[in-house]
Amino acid sequence: MGADSAMSQIFPKSANATARMSLAGVLTLVLFLGWVVFTLMRSSWATKQNEFVEQPIQFSHAHHVGGIGLDCRYCHTSVEKSSFAGIPPTKTCMNCHSQLWTNAQILEPVRASFRNDQPLNWTRVNDLPDFVYFNHQIHVKQGVGCATCHGPVDKMPLMYQAKPLLMEWCLDCHRAPEKYLRPRSEVFNMAYVAPDNQLELGTQLKAEYKIADPKHMTSCSVCHR
Amino acid sequence: MDFESIRKRLAGDGNLTGKAYWRSLEELADSKEFGDYMHREFPSQASEFSDPAGRRTFLKLMGASLALAGVGACTRQPVEKLVPYVRQPEELIPGRPLFYATAMPLGGYAYPLLAENHMGRPTKLEGNPEHPASLGGTDVFGQASVLNLYDPDRSRVIKGHGEIKTWSGFIAAMQGAMSAQRAVNGAGLRILTEPVSSPSIVAQITELTQSLPDAKWHQWDPVFGTVQGGATSFAPIYDFKAADVVVSLDEDFLGHGAGQVRYSKDFGSRRRIGTPNDEQNRLYVAEAIPTITGAKAEHRIAVRAQDIHAVAAAIAGAVGVSGSMAGAEAAAGAEEFVKAAAADLLAHRGRSLVVAGERQPAAVKELARAINDALGNSGTTVKYVAPVVASPADGVASITSLVSDMNAGKVDLLVIFDGNPVYTAPADLNFAEALGKVGLRVHVGMHFDDTAELSHWHVPAAHYLESWGDAKSFDGTVTLIQPLIAPIYDGKQTIEVLAAMNGNLGKTGSDLVKEFWAESLGTEAAWRKALHDGFIPNANAPAAPAAPAAPNEPANPAPAAPAAPAAPVDGYEVVFRPDPTVLDGRFGNNGWMQELPKPLSKLTWNSVAYIGVATAEKLGVQNEDVIEIASNGRRVRVPVWIMPGTATNTIGLHLGYGQTKLGRVANGVGMNVYPLRTSMAPWFVGGATVTKTGETYMLASTQTHFNMEGRNPVRVVTAEEYKHEPKESVEKLGPEVPPRDMTLYQNFEYTGNKWGMAIDLNACTGCGVCVVACVAENNIPVIGKEQIKKSREMHWIRVDTYFEGSLDAPSMVHQPVTCQQCENAPCEQVCPVGATVHSDEGLNDMVYNRCVGTRYCSNNCPYKVRRFNFLLYSDFATEEIKAQRNPDVTVRSRGVMEKCTYCVQRISHARIDAKTEGRDIRDGDIVTACQQACPSDAIMFGNLNDPDSKVSKLKEQERNYGLLEDLNTRPRTSYLAVVRNANPALDKA
Repeated sequence: MGADSAMSQIFPKSANATARMSLAGVLTLVLFLGWVVFTLMRSSWATKQNEFVEQPIQFSHAHHVGGIGLDCRYCHTSVEKSSFAGIPPTKTCMNCHSQLWTNAQILEPVRASFRNDQPLNWTRVNDLPDFVYFNHQIHVKQGVGCATCHGPVDKMPLMYQAKPLLMEWCLDCHRAPEKYLRPRSEVFNMAYVAPDNQLELGTQLKAEYKIADPKHMTSCSVCHR
Repeated sequence: MDFESIRKRLAGDGNLTGKAYWRSLEELADSKEFGDYMHREFPSQASEFSDPAGRRTFLKLMGASLALAGVGACTRQPVEKLVPYVRQPEELIPGRPLFYATAMPLGGYAYPLLAENHMGRPTKLEGNPEHPASLGGTDVFGQASVLNLYDPDRSRVIKGHGEIKTWSGFIAAMQGAMSAQRAVNGAGLRILTEPVSSPSIVAQITELTQSLPDAKWHQWDPVFGTVQGGATSFAPIYDFKAADVVVSLDEDFLGHGAGQVRYSKDFGSRRRIGTPNDEQNRLYVAEAIPTITGAKAEHRIAVRAQDIHAVAAAIAGAVGVSGSMAGAEAAAGAEEFVKAAAADLLAHRGRSLVVAGERQPAAVKELARAINDALGNSGTTVKYVAPVVASPADGVASITSLVSDMNAGKVDLLVIFDGNPVYTAPADLNFAEALGKVGLRVHVGMHFDDTAELSHWHVPAAHYLESWGDAKSFDGTVTLIQPLIAPIYDGKQTIEVLAAMNGNLGKTGSDLVKEFWAESLGTEAAWRKALHDGFIPNANAPAAPAAPAAPNEPANPAPAAPAAPAAPVDGYEVVFRPDPTVLDGRFGNNGWMQELPKPLSKLTWNSVAYIGVATAEKLGVQNEDVIEIASNGRRVRVPVWIMPGTATNTIGLHLGYGQTKLGRVANGVGMNVYPLRTSMAPWFVGGATVTKTGETYMLASTQTHFNMEGRNPVRVVTAEEYKHEPKESVEKLGPEVPPRDMTLYQNFEYTGNKWGMAIDLNACTGCGVCVVACVAENNIPVIGKEQIKKSREMHWIRVDTYFEGSLDAPSMVHQPVTCQQCENAPCEQVCPVGATVHSDEGLNDMVYNRCVGTRYCSNNCPYKVRRFNFLLYSDFATEEIKAQRNPDVTVRSRGVMEKCTYCVQRISHARIDAKTEGRDIRDGDIVTACQQACPSDAIMFGNLNDPDSKVSKLKEQERNYGLLEDLNTRPRTSYLAVVRNANPALDKA
């Protein structure tokens, strides 16, 4: 290439603007993708919140709890004694349904289960990750109402997960349980409404029930093992 | 390896000062290779960064995995099913385990257990705390046997003449064969079992042999009941609590046997001293191959197994046993030991004890008894009773006569229950060939093994956790076995097959056992109580037909006059021992046992020839060199492991390896040494020749991993020093501990519970049961020999062994090391993602789901207790194994660091239960898995903020010290120093 020949411009002047734009564009794209992932992870699509689940029998909590008024513990027998609240054995269903609705087509899977000694296969609705060790016994004992986490079960014809079950949701209460605590006597009351002075009542209950300091309640090993 | 320079270093020629503790000969040799090896924490990985190509690959892979991890996290949780019962059993609370008393039968003895059952799945075994043979402790086999239940390689179908058959098909075939036998009074019927103490099984066999008087019952087990030099008519039961001076003649009572757990408890009770003035017991051991009993001894000499008899005779002479023993001469080199031991025995008449080796000839056992009788120990520290095992046959004689009958064509029907005699029978008997001459061969066993393959019929046997039954523990207590689960692979119980042979068809194991006990127990309530307790308290067996004499009544058969020692045979001596982890091979397909480092050598996944340093020098061999051992025309090739403290010219071989038919874990692992073992000498034989082959064989020992760089990890003081200056004598052994206020951080105030652990090194025997218990409790994966070789073992607790003293007769100290739960944890400071953080109770929490696998924490951990899951070690594919897992502990995946949590799941359970009951956690509510299993009660866990807790009391002792405390890590686990109660007459130091 001769020294006198004018060097032709490879890039037009507008390339500067394009370069800047694309830099900004890439940054925006990365941030946007980050935002998408962030939002997606908290969306009800990922958490399965408010999603109805297909079950072997379309069991209605609205009918059994809201309508008939069964106590939670009639079926979920181990909720006060164990980490797991317990799913009722077929026998529990048959306590009533050997007398009631004995010919209803919808109940055939229950009768079949009892007849053939084959358990029903329910799909888990409130499903925590496997590295989380939630314990019902202690929450019930310390004044966390069923509805606080499970929502208005008495009004659910079909069961769905009422809360996101994200760790930040757990920590919201573990950091400040007074926001949600209720008297032990009201834990299983589906109609309970938090009073206006919830914070005051919660603080009082927290002291009365000797609920641990947030320092302890937010230690990793309290829930993760 | 240059032994000459090592000796010089030890003699003080080098820069070693004071007492030097070493873990391996490699470390002691301090070679350049070893330095390079130790320089890298994970030897196969750490240097990769210096290689530019490796670095580039690494970054590429990291980028890809980061991207993939990001995408992977965007998935939704998989759907999970909830499967409730149809009819829920009574007493079962979903989510809570139930505990049932049962027992593991092994070699005819019952090992009492308490089984943890999660929704019908047995997951973990503990000792039965109420049973006198356990008192809550277990041995390694008891812990590991739960995995055998789920072994995917167990046989699942009945096979007859090579085809899959039904149970009724088998019954029909048996009935045909039995009716032919009935015609000839059972002349052609032989039954081969392992030793049996079960009263109900004995009753079934007795019924059979009574109706068929010419039928014969033989017993064979390569470990239990196998005797060399005749069987004795008595069995000793020791009381180590009452013994001030114990002399063991080649008996590993702390490391092996039906009484191991109880003996360790009792022995440990004399070592867990409270104050510097507490008196300890003193142990003398003469043995050929170092065992953990020998490691625990104040005074140990290595003598050939053949020379033990002479040592026994010399001690007998010195303590004045009447007869011809006076003036008997011990083997060369043992004179001083004999003199001191005898003097000590004489000084402690009635409070001393001589323990004879199970694998020594009857004459040695009789000598030991004569010594105990002469010293007035019989009745105080030992009682001699009739053997617990029924028809205490000399197993070798029994199988020898069976084989001669088989060879003579006298056997038409042979039924083999459990065991694998084709693999284990003495080589000279040629069992496999003799088996071919039997008309109909039936094998009932858990695996389709060598014996099953040569049998016409094979019936899968039920695991004991699937069985009803009974057996006696070593002290004669009748112990009940109840099932925790229905047979998973359709296994049949021994008693069911025997009943079928007796024509009792259609009865289940539960009917048979319950019927047997119904009469003597009377009421249903008594039966239920016995089942609940796991044993029948007044141990006397009922008047079952021809049941053996009740063992609790001292039968006191007079011992025969002790024979004089036979002249030892020169040349190399081969000593056979059951393997500390796979036993005779029956635990071979158990990955936990293969991976459990063997006490002292810390070898995994292998059998070796243990030789002493002098022998190695003579042969010119190093670790991993293969030698060929020839004895009586039979030869085997085995790799060498140099074990300091092995008697010169003795070669120690462990049974149980080199299997080919057991299963995916056992097959092809190690070398089979059974071909060298004869009926004349099942335990030791002289006159062998050894040649170096020039081959090498890779061995994986964990002993060289995680070096402590000579920083005084174990502290040993003499009883004398400890008495005079308790605090100083221990403190001066380590560097100065920095004061608590020497920190830039603000000290954290632990106001609630403050968890801590104390480990008494004086009580720890190094048996390794804590390791297996931890594996079972915490879902720790099995990784295999190659990964172990790369120093990637996953055990959260390890037992380090330190040697001190000369290469030929070192003393040994064990130290279990887990995460020390440092208050100033070095790992926490370096984690970039906060995956390891401190809890308010002082736990060093490991959060698996935050960990990204940088391994910085592990690099910065001075104790080297963090374990990285390099590959996908946990078995997510084998369905059978999944049922064993503890549902309360996460099954960790690849790329995640893990470590001891102080059994945080047990802490959580205790805390929640205490809060539900509205109280504080009591001392003793939380028992960690290692603590619970420990037969020596060496581990104590509890709340350090409670001044009255047991662990606080232990930590107040003067001999309490923290491991590497000078680094200001403030470990929550501390150790209680070893206090050696040496005999001044023998103490060289």
